[in-house]
Amino acid sequence: MSTESIAWPSASAESRSFVDTLHEWVTTVDHKRLGILYIIYALVFLLIGGIEAAIIRIQLIRPHNNFVSPQVFNRLFTMHGTTMIFFVVMPVLFGFANYLIPLMIGARDMAFPRLNAFSFWMTAFGGLLLYFSLVGANGLYGAGNAPDVGWFAYAPLTSRTFSVGHSTDFWTLALLVSGFGSIGTAINIVATILCMRCQGMTLAKMPLFAWLNLVMAGLVILAVSPLTAAQIMLLVDRYLGGHFFDTQAGGSAVFWMHFFWIFGHPEVYVLVLPAFAFASEIIPVFSRKPIFGYPVMVGATVAIGFISMSVWAHHMFTVGMGANVNTFFVISTMAIAVPTGIKIFNWLATIWGGKIEFKTPMLFCIAFLFQFLIAGLTGVMMSAAPFDWQLGSSYFVVAHFHYVIVGGILFTLFGAFYYWFPKMSGRMYSETLGKLHFWLFLIGFHLTFDFMHIPGLLGMPRRIYTYEPGRGWDTWNFIVTIGVFFQAAAIVVFLGNLIWSYFRGKAAGNDPWDAWTLEWSTNSPPPAYNFYTIPSVQSRRPLWDLKHPDDPDWKYE
Amino acid sequence: MRSRGSNNWRFVSRQIFVWLCCAAAAFADQAPAWSPTNIFAPASTPAKSIFGLSLFVLAVTGVVFLVVFTLLLYSVVKFRKRRNDDGREPPQVYGSNQVELAWTIIPILIVVALFMATARVIASVQKDPRLDNAIEVVAIGHQFWWEYRYPGLGVVTANELHVPVSDDNQPSPTFIKLLSADTDHSFWVPRLAGKTDLIPNHPNSMWIDPHEAGVYLGQCAQYCGTQHAKMLLRVYVQQRGDFDRWIQEQRQPATVSSAASQGQRIFETTACINCHTVEGTVASGRFGPDLTHLMSRDTIAAGAATNTPENLRQWILNPDAIKPGSLMPAMQLSDQDLNALTAYLETLR
Repeated sequence: MSTESIAWPSASAESRSFVDTLHEWVTTVDHKRLGILYIIYALVFLLIGGIEAAIIRIQLIRPHNNFVSPQVFNRLFTMHGTTMIFFVVMPVLFGFANYLIPLMIGARDMAFPRLNAFSFWMTAFGGLLLYFSLVGANGLYGAGNAPDVGWFAYAPLTSRTFSVGHSTDFWTLALLVSGFGSIGTAINIVATILCMRCQGMTLAKMPLFAWLNLVMAGLVILAVSPLTAAQIMLLVDRYLGGHFFDTQAGGSAVFWMHFFWIFGHPEVYVLVLPAFAFASEIIPVFSRKPIFGYPVMVGATVAIGFISMSVWAHHMFTVGMGANVNTFFVISTMAIAVPTGIKIFNWLATIWGGKIEFKTPMLFCIAFLFQFLIAGLTGVMMSAAPFDWQLGSSYFVVAHFHYVIVGGILFTLFGAFYYWFPKMSGRMYSETLGKLHFWLFLIGFHLTFDFMHIPGLLGMPRRIYTYEPGRGWDTWNFIVTIGVFFQAAAIVVFLGNLIWSYFRGKAAGNDPWDAWTLEWSTNSPPPAYNFYTIPSVQSRRPLWDLKHPDDPDWKYE
Repeated sequence: MRSRGSNNWRFVSRQIFVWLCCAAAAFADQAPAWSPTNIFAPASTPAKSIFGLSLFVLAVTGVVFLVVFTLLLYSVVKFRKRRNDDGREPPQVYGSNQVELAWTIIPILIVVALFMATARVIASVQKDPRLDNAIEVVAIGHQFWWEYRYPGLGVVTANELHVPVSDDNQPSPTFIKLLSADTDHSFWVPRLAGKTDLIPNHPNSMWIDPHEAGVYLGQCAQYCGTQHAKMLLRVYVQQRGDFDRWIQEQRQPATVSSAASQGQRIFETTACINCHTVEGTVASGRFGPDLTHLMSRDTIAAGAATNTPENLRQWILNPDAIKPGSLMPAMQLSDQDLNALTAYLETLR
């Protein structure tokens, strides 16, 4: 066989036409390309969801503002919430999981490459379906309108009595479709981690990244299924005469709440566990120490996974569940603070005695530690049910969960972008721009979300398109809105850095961070088959063993 | 030596405790000035119980925050890579079971303490100590206004809830049964109690016992549709005598003066009566607020505007100008009819 006959059809990259490239990306089943597709897709929706948030904040900059109408405002916060949870954070985390897990466990691809592609396209079309409501929700006879029932879509606001037209249907179908995508990806991640690890990599020698994503994927399977079921029930109610949530015919609004939150709370951990995964990779490398207490970290992760399935009704302390039920959900919710605290302490101990290099990824992770501490403690405050009777559904809650999702998840996510950008693109990002991004975003984040707690304490409920003057809320809302502009500027710097570095960045080399997990042993970007030879490992830090043959980890683990 | 030391410590700790209590009290005095809806300015037992618990929770989380924050800050500064670094890797430490055990057990103890305090407050607020002289009110949430019925007293009103002061010698708490006519709502007057949702097909209840007369503000706290933002709550806490007088007035049927008969005819021959009740006339609709004693209220449109003749006229002419998305339709009346109708409503005292 001659060499020509086995040459790749795309060997001469420069001569490929745009259509060929497009065709390759659309039909790809390569986990790295699907990972990048997920990430780019999520970035596009991040911009859309961010613009929605900015409009919301401009409307709230002063009392009785008239920037948008109440109808538009209600659509905006519904779309912002739905977009950010389902079409930004979940896809981007799936993207990183897809890209990194096979590389970290020494596999050539995910367990089910075609399922992988299927899942991505389901998620992608789910997002398009949601936004198609802007055109189609009135049934294509005129301008449509986006759903306006809130991202948790409490019944009976979603019934046909109160939600006329098709906007709620687009919301339901979008989540139904993307839910199938999420479950597909979760099955894929579980199968990959359980079956595709390279030689020597026992479960106890996997990078923590793989462990955290394994638990995350398990939670997705358990949590997204009830959501999907609830969406089907809602469709039955709306179109087949069902009465699950139809309160006018004896249905139960509380039933929907239970279904939604048994998805909704584990969902928080679905989002935050991958963030922990990023932190658990980045913090050790830039502290130059292994993760402290690996077995305890794994145990805490699994504990979080289990406990998170029993806390959902803390979202429902005000719906009148009775004292005993409330008390149960207080203790289960408070209990989850223990394993989460253990994680923070272990990261702290990882830094302790290290030599911290303040590169951009590490800066984001250090900010994450401080912010996640605060987010956790405000969470503990609200787990005390009576305190939640005051704080729930107020701006305090909005501040709390943005502290988790932005201050915790988005910060580590930015860290992950900078940390793995050299591996994915083969180029180094600009450290100056990276630090500018960090400081701008830090200032914006704290202006917005620190001060957002206060109007909540002063009685400002969430989801109001305007508010009365004279309630002591004006100044705080003004500061909160100012912070948004800093965040927007930071996002521009971030995207600029990615684009500029992709074309102009210095070559990164295989291992720019002197790191220890397997993805740094192959090329940047990795070849389609990932590794020239499948690696075999003896410890949790195979590259440390290679670099320090006199002092390998496997002697101590 | 030893005993004096511990006496000193007891003295100091008592001082700290007294100082903390004074600070909390001073803070609570100042709090209403910051905002009429401040959760830290309780004026009723449920809100006070929650306030007490919240101080405890804030103190515990505050201490945890300070300790962990300091440790984090210290380690980030102390263990930064120095300029004159020798380039060697730091000692590789893999973990320590003793340390792990310590930071597992201490948080568990903190959680247990928080849980005990919380469980007590849940039990004390959610118990239902019905008293003979308690006031019973049924609050019904509507898109986007509040209906109040006093079943024992034969009074129906809207948007402005009147309750008597409850003093410790002669407690007269108000029990509120919470129902919904359409979507989910939530009753939240932060200075009186935590919020409780109004859910269709799921009756809830709550209670308040305000200690001081005054107007307490709040608003709907569960997203209920387009005008969720302007579904405002006003609770008028009155001395017992004033409250009884108010009840007497509300029980009277509408007094109709012949001067407003033209307006009354317009009211009774247009769609107004499909939704509104005026007791003692043919108007008996229930979709909208009861207007029998409209002029006894300070606000219209669920607190969205003050109850002045101009606002009332504007509200009938074009409700969207005051509250876009409200379910009250614009009635398309001529100027003359509009004036007559407003004049009629002005007589409903």
